[in-house]
Amino acid sequence: MSLSPDTAILRTSHLLGIEGLSVAEIAALLDLADTYVALNRAAEKKSALLKGRTLINLFFEASTRTQSSFELAGKRLGADVLNMSVRTSSVTKGETLLDTAATLNAMRPDILVVRHPDSGAAELLARKLDCSVVNAGDGSHEHPTQALLDALTIRRRRRSFEGLVVAICGDVLHSRVARSNIHLLSRLGARVRLIAPPTLLPANAQRFGVEIFTDMRKGLAGVDIVMMLRLQLERMTGAFVPSTREYFRFYGLDRDKLSLAKPGALVMHPGPMNRGVEIDSVVADDIEVSLISEQVEMGVAIRMAVLDALARGLAPAGRNAP
Amino acid sequence: MSAQRIAFRNARLIDPASKLDARGGLLVENGRIADLGPRLFNDSDPKDPEVIDCKGLILAPGLIDMRVFTGEPGSEHRETLESASLAAAAGGVTTIVVMPNTDPVIDEPSLVDFIHRRAAATARVRVAPMAALTRRLAGETMTEIGLLREAGAVAFTDGDRTIANARVLRRALSYASGFGALVVGHAEDPDLCAGASMTEGEYAMRLGIAAAPAAAEPIIVERDIRLLELTGARYHFGQISCRASLDAIAAAKQRGLPVTCAVSAHHLALNELDVGSYLTFMKVKPPLRSEADRAAMVEGVSNGLIDVIVSSHDPQAADTKRQPFAQAAFGAVGLETLLAVALSVHHDGRADLGHVLKALTATPARILDLPGGRLAKGAPADLVLFDPDAPFAVDPARLHSRARNTPFEGRKFQGLVRMTFVGGACVYDRAKEKQT
Repeated sequence: MSLSPDTAILRTSHLLGIEGLSVAEIAALLDLADTYVALNRAAEKKSALLKGRTLINLFFEASTRTQSSFELAGKRLGADVLNMSVRTSSVTKGETLLDTAATLNAMRPDILVVRHPDSGAAELLARKLDCSVVNAGDGSHEHPTQALLDALTIRRRRRSFEGLVVAICGDVLHSRVARSNIHLLSRLGARVRLIAPPTLLPANAQRFGVEIFTDMRKGLAGVDIVMMLRLQLERMTGAFVPSTREYFRFYGLDRDKLSLAKPGALVMHPGPMNRGVEIDSVVADDIEVSLISEQVEMGVAIRMAVLDALARGLAPAGRNAP
Repeated sequence: MSAQRIAFRNARLIDPASKLDARGGLLVENGRIADLGPRLFNDSDPKDPEVIDCKGLILAPGLIDMRVFTGEPGSEHRETLESASLAAAAGGVTTIVVMPNTDPVIDEPSLVDFIHRRAAATARVRVAPMAALTRRLAGETMTEIGLLREAGAVAFTDGDRTIANARVLRRALSYASGFGALVVGHAEDPDLCAGASMTEGEYAMRLGIAAAPAAAEPIIVERDIRLLELTGARYHFGQISCRASLDAIAAAKQRGLPVTCAVSAHHLALNELDVGSYLTFMKVKPPLRSEADRAAMVEGVSNGLIDVIVSSHDPQAADTKRQPFAQAAFGAVGLETLLAVALSVHHDGRADLGHVLKALTATPARILDLPGGRLAKGAPADLVLFDPDAPFAVDPARLHSRARNTPFEGRKFQGLVRMTFVGGACVYDRAKEKQT
């Protein structure tokens, strides 16, 4: 599939969440990403699309995976990439988020990729900065590029989302990945189920229009895709879940529980995995069912597609010209 | 348990679950009830090796006591599972539900397993352990409810401790609801009750004993009802003692919430004045209440708002009771007086016999999802044969419990247990007791 570099893909100059995206925008991003998968598999991976543009990765939370994925995406598209991470920034010296925004603005970036532990931080920056903002995860709110890469991974394996049953399992309460995926998968026609202990489900989860299961064995019946979520270590010691061994016994994906899903069901995980907590290594490493490595590959392609799509909206001289 | 057949004839069969109350017979085979009915063994003598002529006495399901503290593991000098089971058998109790308040606390699957193995090796009656709801009963982090259930815990409770932190309780209730697990709560606001030994009121004031307001109980009852409404967990108040608590529970039941409650025998029979001149055997948790509250408890049993009657059996060694009132330990033994005290509600004309027995058999079985508590074909042959009218005075020297801290010394009741059977095996026969 080829799209002319001038065709607009996104209606807005930011990617802050899936919730605001239309089916057409999502489909166009996935189509564009497919072309980057091909590019990334070629020997010559470099394009000059973002030549002269500046991309800043601003990470207030450590994330090797997402940050390097964006960095690689930017570099392959020819942009100048700057990584700023929380521990070296002046935030620890008392600077507010908006002070940081003003400082960054003065550096005249074209695209800012931001990861922040507070929900809504990306949106706040988008309002204050002159550049395009990509939300790389804000608190428990959204992580749009993760959901897009998950959708791309699924779409390349299963032709249609229509009627596909996807179970999102684990710490839904704190998960931005879950929220973005719920929006995206439902919008594309999949049936979404949430499987979690009640302590890790938001109080009104059914308002997402999804099915809720607290018994994983029942919830996995008839499922096409099992999407596991990471359980943060600090949440396994009694506040939300009594112990890791209990969590693994009742909510960890092992062969036995996976056998209850539809034959040929595929397993996904946004990484990094807690082996023996939410997923058994036997399942995670089984190339017949696990899409986990593929998700990482799709991640770079999706981020290239997102940067490409946002670049289409940038004025030739940059949006930050006065 | 017993492979042999036992034929009971000429009994008054009472099965509260099916509202059966009729003369008839009952046949036990391989530890289970094989047959029963008004005509069984009426005309022909059963040819079984063992025939028990009940002489018109009541044959009912064995009692299920939902609130029993023992000292095993950790303080076996107070009570072991074995000694508690002897007391239970003598009281017509065939299942004791033991609290996790031991040393160590029953908060690990391996410790639930320990209770089951010790019970199998030493106890005369069935032992159903409740596990702790929070680790070390500290009220901070929840226990492994799923694994503990698999190990055989019948419910989750911090026993006689109230979880002060509402957020901890909310999460524990929420987590338990995912497994359909029963949570059993204790309602005494820990801050209001700190250092108190009696209920605040005129009598405590005259005695000069530090006291806590009775409101310390409904404050927690109302909070817990709000939390269970948020979470949908199955919730049981291990014991309540005030009218205000009962009012809150009545309203919750009317809203359709899955809540039940129990009252202890001593809160049915005693009030704060029974403390007399600093009688430490009257120091229980929660403390004895006003006469109005005691009467409300009797009324609650009679109108069915109170689901279950428990002994709240809490054995204490003499050294911890032979103390100034404020320093004495809380607790009273009760397994051997449970039936008689409960029957007093019937003898006082406040409820029929079947209704009282239901609160001791079928209802606890239903709440805990236990197979006993009823006379039905196929049910375990856990039975009590008793004379509802025979009078007796409580003699601490005749108690089977390792501890003697009964608040009913010398008190006269009607209702004597003659025989108790667990799984078809006789575990108590009053005729074979040493007479003193």
